Amino acid sequence: MPDPITVTVNGRSVAVSEGATVAAAMMISGSHCRQSVLGEPRSPLCGMGICFECRAVIDGISHRRSCQILCASGMEIRTDEW
Amino acid sequence: MSAAAYDVIIVGAGIVGAACADECARHGMRVRVVDQEMVGGGATAAGMGHIVVMDDSEAQFALTRYSQRLWQELRSELPDDVEYEQCGTIWVAADDEEMDEVRRKQLYYSLREVPVEVLTATDLECLEPNLRCAMAGGLLVPEDGVLYPPCAARFLMERARSRGASLDLGVPVAEIGKGRVRLANGTEFSAGTIVNAAGAWSPALTPGIDVKKRKGHLVITDRYPGFVRHQLVELGYLKSAHSSTTDSVAFNVQPRRTGQVLIGSSRQYGVESKDVDHAIVSRMLERAQEYMPALAHTSAIRVWTGFRAATPDKLPLIGAWPQDSTLYLATGHEGLGITTSLASARLLVDQLTGRRSAIPSEPYLPSRAASMEHAHA
Amino acid sequence: MSGEQKQFDVLVVGAGPAGIAAAVTAAECGARVGVVDDNPAPGGQIWRGESANGLGEAARWLVKLHHQNIQLLSGTRVFDHPAANVLHAETADRFLELSYQKLVLATGARERFLPFPGWTLPNVMGAGGLQALVKSGLPIEGKRVVVAGTGPLLLAVASYLRKHGARIAMICEQASLRSLGRFGLALLSQPQKITQVLALRKDLAGVPFVTDSWPIAAGGDPVLKDVLITRGRDTEKIPCDYLACGFHLVPNTELAALIGCRMRDGYVEVDHLERTSVPDVFCAGEPTGIGGIEMSLIEGQIAGATAAGRPDLAQKHGRARAKLEPFSRALDRTFRLRPELQSLPLPETIVCRCEDVTYSRLKPYGSWRSAKLQTRCGMGPCQGRICGPAAQFLFHWSPDSVRPPIFPAVLNNLAAMACREAQPSGAMRGSE
Repeated sequence: MPDPITVTVNGRSVAVSEGATVAAAMMISGSHCRQSVLGEPRSPLCGMGICFECRAVIDGISHRRSCQILCASGMEIRTDEW
Repeated sequence: MSAAAYDVIIVGAGIVGAACADECARHGMRVRVVDQEMVGGGATAAGMGHIVVMDDSEAQFALTRYSQRLWQELRSELPDDVEYEQCGTIWVAADDEEMDEVRRKQLYYSLREVPVEVLTATDLECLEPNLRCAMAGGLLVPEDGVLYPPCAARFLMERARSRGASLDLGVPVAEIGKGRVRLANGTEFSAGTIVNAAGAWSPALTPGIDVKKRKGHLVITDRYPGFVRHQLVELGYLKSAHSSTTDSVAFNVQPRRTGQVLIGSSRQYGVESKDVDHAIVSRMLERAQEYMPALAHTSAIRVWTGFRAATPDKLPLIGAWPQDSTLYLATGHEGLGITTSLASARLLVDQLTGRRSAIPSEPYLPSRAASMEHAHA
Repeated sequence: MSGEQKQFDVLVVGAGPAGIAAAVTAAECGARVGVVDDNPAPGGQIWRGESANGLGEAARWLVKLHHQNIQLLSGTRVFDHPAANVLHAETADRFLELSYQKLVLATGARERFLPFPGWTLPNVMGAGGLQALVKSGLPIEGKRVVVAGTGPLLLAVASYLRKHGARIAMICEQASLRSLGRFGLALLSQPQKITQVLALRKDLAGVPFVTDSWPIAAGGDPVLKDVLITRGRDTEKIPCDYLACGFHLVPNTELAALIGCRMRDGYVEVDHLERTSVPDVFCAGEPTGIGGIEMSLIEGQIAGATAAGRPDLAQKHGRARAKLEPFSRALDRTFRLRPELQSLPLPETIVCRCEDVTYSRLKPYGSWRSAKLQTRCGMGPCQGRICGPAAQFLFHWSPDSVRPPIFPAVLNNLAAMACREAQPSGAMRGSE
């Protein structure tokens, strides 16, 4: 069984299997992805990089579509920073 | 077809037409506004919404300053979605030569009681950390502002309608003049006065108006709150706005209230196509990144184009059209339509009612072209 | 950010079944083929997560994708068509200028979303959306899922989720029992479809399946807790952890529109050889008409063969293609949206999720453009892909014309819009 990958979501460690996307990691950690214009918490909708609800700050870069980005060991993911 | 009698029919429901409708209605005139599409759908929808005093000429200064103060007076009544922000402009100087220009402008504005502040390189770094280091400094004009034009136009039009103005949208105007406006579907209206506020389309309706299309491009990013705090314009912008023959780009960046960064600007001549011009967008974005390298990694979500209505002397046409006693013009505002819309409307109505204007109106009269020709003859 | 230029005989956009079929066919005809796809691995939506090492049709095609004439560019998104025979694309850290002799657009489809109260709650997702997340590592074992909306995708998703341990509380299909019955009859002419249906029936044995049913509201705070669905004249509240809700498919035609391909009824118009109205440009799969996987594979093979200069090979598939057309039409008819769905949003229901524009703010406008300019609906990063089809259904607005970039792009890459100063790429696989 391949070793799980560890990433952090808002500072908290999350273990995911290889091939997992950042969006999945965020959902596993119980976190939403972003806050909408009116302050609603939002999570992935389309799963295919079109709706932009899954946007998060990944390793310091904003507005990354997390559903199309594979987790890599040590990745730092932050939400609510659009 | 039915014909109705109005005091004024305004052709064009952009920000200038809407401002004129608002002002005319305020003076108790019976107003009808016609537009081929929607309120604020032309250059109004495409432009930056920068409210800025300019010092190109006394006449340009007078009009922009007068109008900027009218916007300030109006601000408390503007709804939220107009997004009026008095964020100020910083004219950015990249070298010592441009700093000389900063000092010249500072003197010019100070003499005319426009608050300004000269910024050193350090000041600039503090105020706008995302600007490239090693700028020479700049000039802060704190009373300049920004707003979102389509909603501003809508607000003015709604106010006009609340005072009885009526609005016809969605049918192109076929012909105007001699007290009549005929729409493409045959409907005709008559009025004592017709105002051509059709911007880039104004010469099509009134042959002989020397207004030419000057195409622009804008790019907007996703949300990066705090990335830029003031409208930033390079001093070279003035060279760009001045040129009447070559395509040009200039660094011009605006913070939107949404946190998005609006990036301009470009000017092109003799282009009819609305398509995005890749070559010029490329140049414009390269220029923007020269001034703000951090823009490189932002997410750009939309690009669009628009046509400014440009006159040869860079001043708008506000007033009676010499060849038709029923026809007035309120057009040719180039890149200053948002800024000068309110003052243009005042000047227009002053002329319709025979009142004295707050600023001299001669520089903007359509008849000046004739007298200019005459002077050259 | 560095840039690269690549040249191909045949460039395929999209690595779903249609794109893979086109690429493989063209490569086997001797063309140098490039495949661009924005997901981390090929397969598109329906074959997401499939491996070349498995058994079955997906694996067989994925193995062939390793052909030496094919260069696969995963994680790469096309954002512009700046000139004839050139596409601009970007990856996480590179700009790519891709030149081609022939272009095959296999850009697939996306789910149609309709707004209803609570649809923006976390854990309300598309049907394909939830499946995609589960395939991408979201655990679903033991979770209660309601699958709702319309289209064959609902059953496929429910079956997949159940196989991975989800408890499917209910499947709600808005189409009427009668429509579905007629659809079932239409399937009789397609033997492989019958096999699929029987397999689905077995997979979903015991799962409540209701027709003429749709979600009225999703409830919960701060995340989804339950969904209220219609049941005849009644309603029923079903507790759930996830709501997988999608209303059939919308073709991804933006790139085709940008290139100038002629459209018909919202789909890319193609002839029997999958040629669009633009020379050298082909289109295969869902953007030409939602037709399912078999149609995508056939069209992909036709487009690939023609693009590689072998229309004779393409014509061999003509009969198969014709045989599948009734299924496409049946899909369209059966899963048409019923008018009751137009009344789903309340005044305060958000329609544009990027800009949080509510139904009541949009209703007064007469056109997409005026609504957009006044409310910002459609001006967000999704560029109207989510709210546009909803607005079209709710308000009958025609969409705007397409401008570049067709996806948000990193500004520095956008700046390369006209620039060809990037270094040419290294040696290409294949001849020359």
